[in-house]
Amino acid sequence: MRAHPADYELVAPATLQAVLSLLAQEPGQWLPIAGGTDLMVQYAAGKLATRKLVSIWNLPELRRIEVFPDEVQIGAGCTFTDLRKNEIVAGEFSLLAGAASWTGGIANQNRGTLGGNIVNASPAADSLPALLVYDSELILVSARGERRVPYANVHLGYRKTQIQSDELIRSVCLPRRFSRYYAHTRKVGARKAQAIAKVCFAALGSVENAEVADVRLAMGSVAPVPLRLTETERVIMGKRIDPDLMQLAAKTAANEIRPIDDIRSTVRYRARVAGNLVAEFLHRLRSLS
Amino acid sequence: MTGDSTFGVVGTSVPRLEGRDKVTGRAQYVDDMTLPGMLYGATVRSRIPRGKIKRITFGQDINWDEFVIVSAKDIPGTNCIALIENDQPCLADGVVNHPEEPILLLAHPDRHLLPKAVEAISIEYDSLPPIFTISESESLQEIIWGTNNIFKTYLIEKGDIDSVWANAAHIVEAEYTTGAQEQLYIENNGMIASFDPQQGITVWGSLQCPYYVHKALMKLCGLPAERVRVVQMETGGAFGGKEEYPSMIAAHAALLAIKSGKPVKIIYDRMEDMAATTKRHPSRTRHRTAVSADGKILGGEIEFTIDGGAYETLSPVVLSRGAIHAGGPYYWPSVRLRAKAVATNAPPHGAFRGFGAPQSLFALERHMDRIAQTVGLLPVEIRRRNFLQPGQTTTTGQAVKEPIDLGKLLDHALELSDYAAKKEKFARENQRGRTSKKGIGLASFLHGAGFTGAGERYLGSVVGVEACDDGSVRVLVSSTEFGQGTNTVLCQIAAEALGLRYEDVGIAQPDTHEVPNSGPTVASRTVMVVGKLVHSAALGIQQTLRASGLLADPYSPEEFRAACRAYVAKHGKFRSLARYEQPEDIVWDEDKYRGSAYAAFAWAVYVASVSVDLTTYSVSVDDFVALQEIGKVLHPVLAKGQIIGGVAQAIGFALYEKVVWENGRMQNGQMTNYIMPTSADLPPIRAYFEEIGNHHGAYGAKGIGELPMDGPAPAIVNAVSDALGVSFDSIPLLPEDIFDALERNKAEAAATPSPRGCT
Amino acid sequence: MNKNGRASKCEITFTINQKSVTVRAYSMARLLDVLRHDLGLTGTKEGCGEGECGSCSVLLDGVLVNSCLIPVLQAQGATIVTIEGLSADGRLCALQQAFLHCGGAQCGICTPGMILAACHLLDKKPQPTLEEIAEGLSGNLCRCTGYTQIFEAVKEAARSGASK
Repeated sequence: MRAHPADYELVAPATLQAVLSLLAQEPGQWLPIAGGTDLMVQYAAGKLATRKLVSIWNLPELRRIEVFPDEVQIGAGCTFTDLRKNEIVAGEFSLLAGAASWTGGIANQNRGTLGGNIVNASPAADSLPALLVYDSELILVSARGERRVPYANVHLGYRKTQIQSDELIRSVCLPRRFSRYYAHTRKVGARKAQAIAKVCFAALGSVENAEVADVRLAMGSVAPVPLRLTETERVIMGKRIDPDLMQLAAKTAANEIRPIDDIRSTVRYRARVAGNLVAEFLHRLRSLS
Repeated sequence: MTGDSTFGVVGTSVPRLEGRDKVTGRAQYVDDMTLPGMLYGATVRSRIPRGKIKRITFGQDINWDEFVIVSAKDIPGTNCIALIENDQPCLADGVVNHPEEPILLLAHPDRHLLPKAVEAISIEYDSLPPIFTISESESLQEIIWGTNNIFKTYLIEKGDIDSVWANAAHIVEAEYTTGAQEQLYIENNGMIASFDPQQGITVWGSLQCPYYVHKALMKLCGLPAERVRVVQMETGGAFGGKEEYPSMIAAHAALLAIKSGKPVKIIYDRMEDMAATTKRHPSRTRHRTAVSADGKILGGEIEFTIDGGAYETLSPVVLSRGAIHAGGPYYWPSVRLRAKAVATNAPPHGAFRGFGAPQSLFALERHMDRIAQTVGLLPVEIRRRNFLQPGQTTTTGQAVKEPIDLGKLLDHALELSDYAAKKEKFARENQRGRTSKKGIGLASFLHGAGFTGAGERYLGSVVGVEACDDGSVRVLVSSTEFGQGTNTVLCQIAAEALGLRYEDVGIAQPDTHEVPNSGPTVASRTVMVVGKLVHSAALGIQQTLRASGLLADPYSPEEFRAACRAYVAKHGKFRSLARYEQPEDIVWDEDKYRGSAYAAFAWAVYVASVSVDLTTYSVSVDDFVALQEIGKVLHPVLAKGQIIGGVAQAIGFALYEKVVWENGRMQNGQMTNYIMPTSADLPPIRAYFEEIGNHHGAYGAKGIGELPMDGPAPAIVNAVSDALGVSFDSIPLLPEDIFDALERNKAEAAATPSPRGCT
Repeated sequence: MNKNGRASKCEITFTINQKSVTVRAYSMARLLDVLRHDLGLTGTKEGCGEGECGSCSVLLDGVLVNSCLIPVLQAQGATIVTIEGLSADGRLCALQQAFLHCGGAQCGICTPGMILAACHLLDKKPQPTLEEIAEGLSGNLCRCTGYTQIFEAVKEAARSGASK
């Protein structure tokens, strides 16, 4: 434990309003902390620069799942366990429930939150590709009010988002238009549990008259931000799925991503596996249609 | 002792002696203990691999008056961690030879202030060119140790090796490498030290070998034996990682305690423990083997080299064991084995379960499959044709005197693993399969128990059994419990020897003021060697009570206890001691490195079946059969636990655990990035035993602690090679490596169109 | 925080092993450290400090968590169970007995966290399959056992009808 607790202050206001007021009064001074599964690791390593933290753990306004006819609003304070247990999420948004099931072990799923996963903005975060393919939107709140932004616009660069220092994510909104799609997700890590992704992949597809009617592909750990593979989608759209298309799509995906060599893996491995994952998805999509 | 008598206690799975404390959280590990007025200690370490220390600057923002600061100048005795060569300084004195080398020590009452204080000390160096690999060390571009970077060499020769090449139908040559591996005990290294000018130094800690620490502290502090006391606390895993390293951390805590006059606790966090402490020696083995047309080994040259890091520590002994095991369970009519341990600017490598044998046996068992392929025989058959038969001699000329039938052991393993059916099924399915390929592989091997050659005689282990005033008896050994079952099994042996119940026997906490030196808890020697001495010492108690006329013949446990109580009441507590004596049939020539290396070998055949996912190139071990002959199973649950746990660690060694080095420093020193298998990654591991007894060990037992580390890696890599039709000769074997190899293979196949077709 | 940038301690009240307890601690003190140092409950262990090994696992409001990742202020008013709380009145619970019987504990350092994780699993799934056990315990690393005998212990405890 390389930090001194006396150098840090944590406060835990009882309401969302109180948190937002604090963030507004002292902009940039307070770092919101929810379940702590990312921030506490940085803290224990002696690497947490911000000394004042405000707890947003278990605020009722942030930890609920509201179901509307055309969208589901998941509170940013929902834990991965909350996501796995929710019938609508598990049923209609299996990519997200799947990602939740492999984000750390059970103890970390009980504390890690969807909002935290987004704000921490690690390109390897497990749930982010799913949010991209589901066309999510975020509702951001602050003392100034609310705004709604497409999730696709949120990540500006490596570990940087457009979320202001006085803002919190209130909800993640998922449109309910994908239950008929074939949903496919896979995480490639160094082991089967508790692994940071080398590549993580979320995909949705639908086929009509033997042609791909819609396809949405997203990957994590292959670029500074989670990536929607628009080039690869373009190459697949409207085509019949055959071995040539699978090969072309795999190659396009391998070239579209921007992976790096790091402590976990290599550029060439990530590129090849990314392509393989896309081919595997198309193979399954074809056999189901 | 190895007769057919039915046992009362030995052979049953009695409750783990300290088990209750472990499952209730009451067991006391070193970080659970505090002493009044205790300070916390921390270590300032080198950030460069090699160089001279130019200047040390203490930063402005810290109130240094509050800190105890220790440097090499404060060492009362000799600045070294006494082990074999005594070349390793306790604290660097002007020169550093590896990243993380300790330079200064700090202590303070507030443990949270220490990391900042450590960061606030800046050290300037005049860097010297470092070397990091075996090849760099051999090239002699830099001499960093001795005159030629070589810690130790051995030469093992047998038969007339130079004559075999001419008549060989096949000459098979290849090189195999293994990487460093971190022991990754879940409890980090820790020590508490306390100094009293009269009593001397006392340390409590997480450790395997109290008397190693004792010897090191005597030399460091310049104190006589009776003024150094070492006490082992409950130890949360060790695996060799707490064989020699604890002497270093104990030395550090002791120096701070001496300077401050207060007790000092040092507990490493995970990153410090991984980066600064010992790991398994990386290795390179080169085989060149002459083989007859019908697949018999005629002879071979083996070159076995290990990377010892910056100081000698235990490298000569790791080298020794690796070299002696390099020929495996096969008959080599002739061999020339050159073994060497070389220096590099990495933190010294050290003991880790298997101790050289997993490295040399990985090479051998991969090589056997290669030989099979070259000759055109199956992996099973090549082994069968070369197994040692009773009466034949090993590479060091040790005759196999026990009735071990390796062919039958192999058959048994094949049956348990459904080998033939699976091999056929996998071959069939692999033709069709595009998303995954399956393979099955085996390894046959052996592991010698106890110290090599004259080592046990040199140790001269002493064991005590004490009669207590409540009529129970107490085992007195310096052998430590760290999960493998020392406490339980030694008490079983004493109980069995005396005809008592398990609950009539206790065991003393290893405390050098209290227990004799039964040798270190290493080398698979505890049950076999120490256990046998416990048996003798226990019988001594019985003899004394009988001679006093207080004990009838036969007697019940209650009668024993009554006799014991009566004797102790009259004469006081007494101890019966037993000292190791080398059996006459164990003769070893240390100069020629020939003779009987070990009193007993355990024998094993392991079979792994794997699937390789062709989308991700990851390997899953789907089934694992571990069959071994171990003399006698003294405690079925503990024996199984040792095998399964060892296999799991070896699966890590084969497929998951890679140390990422940069400039001699481990970069992935966190559990997030150093990958050990979780429960989701391992198959149910199936452990089976055969027993042919052993007249050197307690109740016929042989050592088994390290055996399971030797076989899994080659069995698994053989299976992966079987699945993919590509040779893999290096571990850890990661998905990235498999992908690269498959790509290279494709490129080679495309570049050289062969009339014979592809592999 | 005072003007030197030092926080002051605050009062945290929670229920630990069925007893109400109040401590004075820094708001960002780790729950693990408060349990071990302020309350002397050393059964909960630190193996990695990064939420990977699970040896610091406790039950917080009935939910399995890694106490090394929880700032103590967030445990205000919580109900916490540590390993010490499982053997009330000195009797071992079914899981503890099964661990002893099956060899589920070797060096013992992962054991408190592992037993609590198993407890949490059996609470949610009284008759888990082997796969469910492997998943439920995948956040608790054991270096000694290779997990097989731990799984056997959990199965045995499940069979004896334990879900405490």
